[in-house]
Amino acid sequence: MSATAMTNQTDQDQAPEVMISLSDVNKWYGQFHVLKNINLSVHKGERIVVCGPSGSGKSTMIRCMNRLEEHQRGKIVVDGIELTRDLKKIEQVRREVGMVFQHFNLFPHLTVLENLTLAPIWVRKMPKKKAEETAMHYLERVRIPEQANKFPGQLSGGQQQRVAIARSLCMNPKVMLFDEPTSALDPEMIKEVLDVMIELARSGMTMLCVTHEMGFARTVANRVIFMDRGEIIEQNEPEEFFKNPKSERTRLFLSQILH
Amino acid sequence: MMDTSNLPTTPPEDRLPDQAAPITVVGPIAWLRTNLFSSIGNTLLTILAALLLIWIIPPFINWAFLHATWSFPQVTDSSHRFGRKDCAPDGACWIFIRARIGQFMFGFYPMDERWRPVLAFILTFGAIAGMMVDRFPFKRANAIFLFAILPFLAFWLLFGGLGLEIVPTRMWGGFMLTLVIAAVGIVLALPLGILLALGRRSDLPVVHLVSVVIIEFVRGVPLITVLFMANVMLPLFLPPGMTIDPLLRILVGFTVFTSAYLAEVVRGGLQAIGRGQYEGAASLGLGYWSMMRLIVLPQALRVSIPAIVNTINGSFMDTTLVAVVGLYDFLNIVRTGSRDSNWIGTDIEGFVFCAAVYWVICYGMSRYSVHLEHKLDTGHKKH
Repeated sequence: MSATAMTNQTDQDQAPEVMISLSDVNKWYGQFHVLKNINLSVHKGERIVVCGPSGSGKSTMIRCMNRLEEHQRGKIVVDGIELTRDLKKIEQVRREVGMVFQHFNLFPHLTVLENLTLAPIWVRKMPKKKAEETAMHYLERVRIPEQANKFPGQLSGGQQQRVAIARSLCMNPKVMLFDEPTSALDPEMIKEVLDVMIELARSGMTMLCVTHEMGFARTVANRVIFMDRGEIIEQNEPEEFFKNPKSERTRLFLSQILH
Repeated sequence: MMDTSNLPTTPPEDRLPDQAAPITVVGPIAWLRTNLFSSIGNTLLTILAALLLIWIIPPFINWAFLHATWSFPQVTDSSHRFGRKDCAPDGACWIFIRARIGQFMFGFYPMDERWRPVLAFILTFGAIAGMMVDRFPFKRANAIFLFAILPFLAFWLLFGGLGLEIVPTRMWGGFMLTLVIAAVGIVLALPLGILLALGRRSDLPVVHLVSVVIIEFVRGVPLITVLFMANVMLPLFLPPGMTIDPLLRILVGFTVFTSAYLAEVVRGGLQAIGRGQYEGAASLGLGYWSMMRLIVLPQALRVSIPAIVNTINGSFMDTTLVAVVGLYDFLNIVRTGSRDSNWIGTDIEGFVFCAAVYWVICYGMSRYSVHLEHKLDTGHKKH
C-alpha cells in the first residue's frame, strides 16, 4: 500500500488529531537566528521526513519538540501539553515522545536489556519482569533478541541503532523523532535500520524523521518538508515533492542529493 | 593474471626443521640487551642505577635486619626500664616499636578497654571486605549494616555510654585515631564532594554560586589553616557554654577540605561524559536525579577512579597534619615516643615503621583500585 493511500484512508475516518503543533516558533543561538517563524502541525499517524542542507535548523527544530533545545518565541504543543520552563510538563512530554539520535546515545555501562528496561522501570514504574518482557518483545521486533545480554560496545553500529530504536519504543511513545538515524552508519548497515523504521511506519506510528535517505521518504513518508536557513521552504507529498519542486532552493538541493 | 595453481611446493621431507631461537633473541640475555643495555646511554644509566642500589641497599639491610635488635634482653632487675641502651648501637632498635606498640595503636586509650576499638576495627574491616570481595553473599544486608548500623555501633564502642565506660576523645590516639579521622572524613567527603560537583555544574544560580564559593575557598587554603579555623571558629557558632568535642571540629574541617578536592575530581569525570548521554537519558523522560544516579554518575565515577583513589590516598596521608592542632595521630605518637628519655635516638626506627605501615595501606588501596577498574571496564572496551 502506498504512503498516500494510507493517508487517504486515515482522512476518511475523521480529521486525525494534531500530535505536535509549532506556532511561530523562533530560536536564536546568541545572535544567530536558527529557526524563523516555524509553523507546523503533525497529525497522528503521519510520517514526515524533514530534509535540507546542513545548518538549516532541521535537527534544532525536532530537538525543540522534546525540549532538548529551548525555543525563545512561539508556542510548541505536544500531545496537548505546552512546552514551557515547567519541568513537570517537559518530563511528561518526554515520556510520550521517543527520540533516536545520530550517535545512538546508548548507555555503555549497561547491557542491552538494561538499556531497554531502565526507563520503563524508573519512569513508568513498571515491575522488572514486565519491563524485561516488553524489552524482549521489542528486541525481537528489531530482530536482535540474541544480543540482550551484551554491552553496546560489543555491537555493530546498525545493531546499536536498532537497540536505540527498541529502547525508545519500550516507553510506548506516541511520537517517534529521528535525528539523522543512519548518518553515522556504514552503508551496509543503513538498510537494516531503515527496514526497522519502515516496519514501524507501517504499524501506524507517528514519525518525524530528519534524514538524507530519500528512498525512505519515497517509501513511507506522507509529507516531505524542506528547510533551509531556519525556514520551512516547502512541504508536499513525496511524489509531488521530488517531481515538481516549487522553490528554486528546493530544486538546487534535490539536484545535489539525487544524482 | 598469472596462474598460481602450478607453482612448485616444497615436499614434506625437504622442509626445514624448527630451530631454537638464538640466545641473543629470546631468554634472559636477550631481556638484558633490550631492557638494560640497548644503547650507550641506557648502558651508562644501568651502571649508575646499579651503583646507586649497591650504595643504598646493603647498608640498609645491615641496619634494618642484620644488626637490628628484635627481642628484649633478659633482665633480673624488676625496676629496669627498657630503652635504646638495650639495643645494638649500629642496628635498628625494633624493641622500641614492640615496647610501645599499644600506645602506637591506641594512643592513651585505657588498656582494659582496648578490646572495644579492636572490635570496632574488626567489624568495620569485615563489613568493607564483605562489600569488596565479589564472592561474598548478602551484599544488600552488608551495605545496610555498613552504612546504617556500623557508624552508630562503632561510635558507641569507641566513645562509650549505655553500659560502656566513656572514653573521651582526647584519649584517642595512634593508629586508631588516624583510622577514625580518615574513615569518617573520606566516607563523608565522597557524597558531599559529589553534591558540590553537581552543584557547581547546576544552572540554578544560587546553588552554583554556593558550590563555587565553598570549593574555591576551601581549596585555596592549606589544610592546616582549615583545621585551625575549624578548631577555633566552630565553637563561636554555638551558644555560650556549649562546646563541641575537639575531635569533632577536626573531623568537620578535614571532611569539608577533602570534599572540595573530591568535588573537582568528580566534576572532571562529569565533564568527560558526552552530552549524548545526558540527552539520551533526558529523551527517555528520566528526571535529573534519576539520570545522575543511573546514567551519569556511574560512568563519571568509573572514569575518575584513578583520580579519586589518588585524592583519598593524599587525604589519608594528610591525617598526619592533625598533630598541628594537638591530636596524637599515628605519626605524632610514634615521634613523641622517640622523645621519651629512654628512647632518645629511635627517631629513624619510628619513621621507618610509620612509613612501612602507611605504604602497606596505600599499596592495598591502589591494588584494589586497579581491580575495581578492571571489574568495571565493561562497556568501554570491545571484548
